[in-house]
Amino acid sequence: MLNFVSTPAMSWPALYAQLVRVNRHSTSLGKIWLSVLFIFQVMVLIVAAESVWGDEQSDFTCNTLQPGCENVCYDQFFPVSHIRLWSLQLVFVSTPTLLVSMYVAYRNRGDKRRLIQGQEEELETLKERKLLVTGALWWTYICSLVVRLLFEGGFMYALYVVYNGFQMPRLVQCNQWPCPNLVDYFISRPTEKAIFTVLLATASSICMVLNMAEVAYLIAKHRVQRQTVQDKD
Amino acid sequence: MNWAFLQGLLSGVNRYSTAFGRVWLSIVFLFRIMVFVVAAEKVWGDEQKDFSCNTAQPGCHNVCYDHFFPVSHVRLWALQLIFVTCPSLLVVMHVAYREDKERKNKAKHGENCQSIYQNTGKKRGGLWWTYVLTLVFKIGVDATFIYLLYHIYEGYDFPSLIKCTEAPCPNTVDCFISRPTEKRIFTIFMVVTSFICILLSIIEIIYLIVKRCHECISSRGSHNSRSIRTHTMSSGSTLIAANTLKLGSKHTPETPAPSYMVAVS
Repeated sequence: MLNFVSTPAMSWPALYAQLVRVNRHSTSLGKIWLSVLFIFQVMVLIVAAESVWGDEQSDFTCNTLQPGCENVCYDQFFPVSHIRLWSLQLVFVSTPTLLVSMYVAYRNRGDKRRLIQGQEEELETLKERKLLVTGALWWTYICSLVVRLLFEGGFMYALYVVYNGFQMPRLVQCNQWPCPNLVDYFISRPTEKAIFTVLLATASSICMVLNMAEVAYLIAKHRVQRQTVQDKD
Repeated sequence: MNWAFLQGLLSGVNRYSTAFGRVWLSIVFLFRIMVFVVAAEKVWGDEQKDFSCNTAQPGCHNVCYDHFFPVSHVRLWALQLIFVTCPSLLVVMHVAYREDKERKNKAKHGENCQSIYQNTGKKRGGLWWTYVLTLVFKIGVDATFIYLLYHIYEGYDFPSLIKCTEAPCPNTVDCFISRPTEKRIFTIFMVVTSFICILLSIIEIIYLIVKRCHECISSRGSHNSRSIRTHTMSSGSTLIAANTLKLGSKHTPETPAPSYMVAVS
C-alpha cells in the first residue's frame, strides 16, 4: 500500500500543517487556493506518482539488443521526470508563504518584547490576534503571491518546453551513440500519462487564476481603503 | 495512498450532515475506500507486467496495453473518490466563514449584540443551498465516472483474451489480461456501491426539499392562525434546537413573539 509520507524526500503532512498555520492571515481566496492546491495537486500527484510513472524506465521498451542504447535514449527523452518536476513545483510554490510566516513571527517578536516590558495586553490575545493585512505585511503578502505565480507559470512552461507539449507519444526514435542506427522506443502507458499531465496542468492553471484574482482583490481593497481615508480627511 | 489524511479532513463534515449524509460517508469510507485500498489496488497491481501478448515483437506489448487500457480502473476510482469527498469540504468552509462573520460582528458591536446566525451550523439560507449543491455535485461526479468507465471499457466486463492489431505488432496478436474474473467482480462491486451512493444522495436531496417545504408551509400556517403547534425535526445533527419560535422571530421580528409549545425530538 502506498504511504502518504513515504513519497521521496517530502513530508506532505508537515508542509500542510505549516501552510495551514500561515493561512490564518490569508484572504478567503488564499484559503481556497490552499484547498485546491492540496486536494487536487498533491493528492492527484500521490495517486499518479508511483503507479503510473513507477515503471517508466523498466517498461521503456526498445527494439534493439545493443547494451547501453536503452539507457542513453531514455536519458535523452526524459531529462527530468514529470513526477520530479511536479514535486519541485509544489515545494517551490508553497515556499513564498514561509515569507509571510517569517514576517508575522518577526512582528510577534517585537510585540512579545513589549508584552514582557508590560506595555501590551495578555499573551493569549497576542497569540490569537490576526494581523491586519496592511502596510509592510500587505507588501510581503503581495510579493509572496507574485512569486507563487511566477513559480507555477515557470514550472508549467518548463514542462511544456522539455516534453514539447502535454501529450506523450507512443513511439520515439533515437539514434544516439551507442545505438547502431535509428531505433524505435515505446513509452509505457503514454495515454494515462498524458491524461494526468493535462489534469495537473489544469489544476496549476486554476491555482494561477486564484492567485491573480487574490492580487487584484488586495490591490482593489487597498485603493478603496485609501480613498475612504482621503475622503475622511 | 494513505486515505486517513482525507478521513481526518472529513471527520468535521459529519457534524453538519443529515442522517443520510452520515450513512453516505460511512459507505464511502467502508465499502469504497477500504475495499479500494485493501483489495482493488492489489488486484490491479500487476496489470501491465502480467498482460502477456503472443509475440516477441518489441514494443507490441506496450502499445497494445496502452490501446486497451488508456486509463487504469484504479486511477479512475482514486480520482472518483477524491472528487466525490471534496465537495463536503465546501460545507465546512461555509460554516467556518459564517463563524468568522459572527466573530467579526461581535467584535464590532460588542458581546451582547444580535447574532447574525442563530446557529452557524444549522442548514438555513446560504448553507442549505451550499449543502444541496454539494449533493448535486457528488451525484454528478459519481454518474460521470460510472459512465466514463462504461464508455472507455465498453461495459463492465473483462474478456480473458483481446486481439490487437496496433503498429508495431506485425499482424493480429492475442493478448491476455491478468486476473479477469477478479477484476470483473471488483468492478461490479465498485459500480454497485457508486449507484447506492447516488441513490442516497438523491434521497437526501428529496428529504431536504420536503423538509424545507414543510417548514415553509407550517411557518406560514402558524403565522396566519397563531395556534399552538408542535414540530418535530430530526435532522440527525447534534445541533437540533427549538424551531417554531425561531421561525416566527425570523419572519416577523417586529411583532411580539407568540407563545408556542415547542417539542424537540
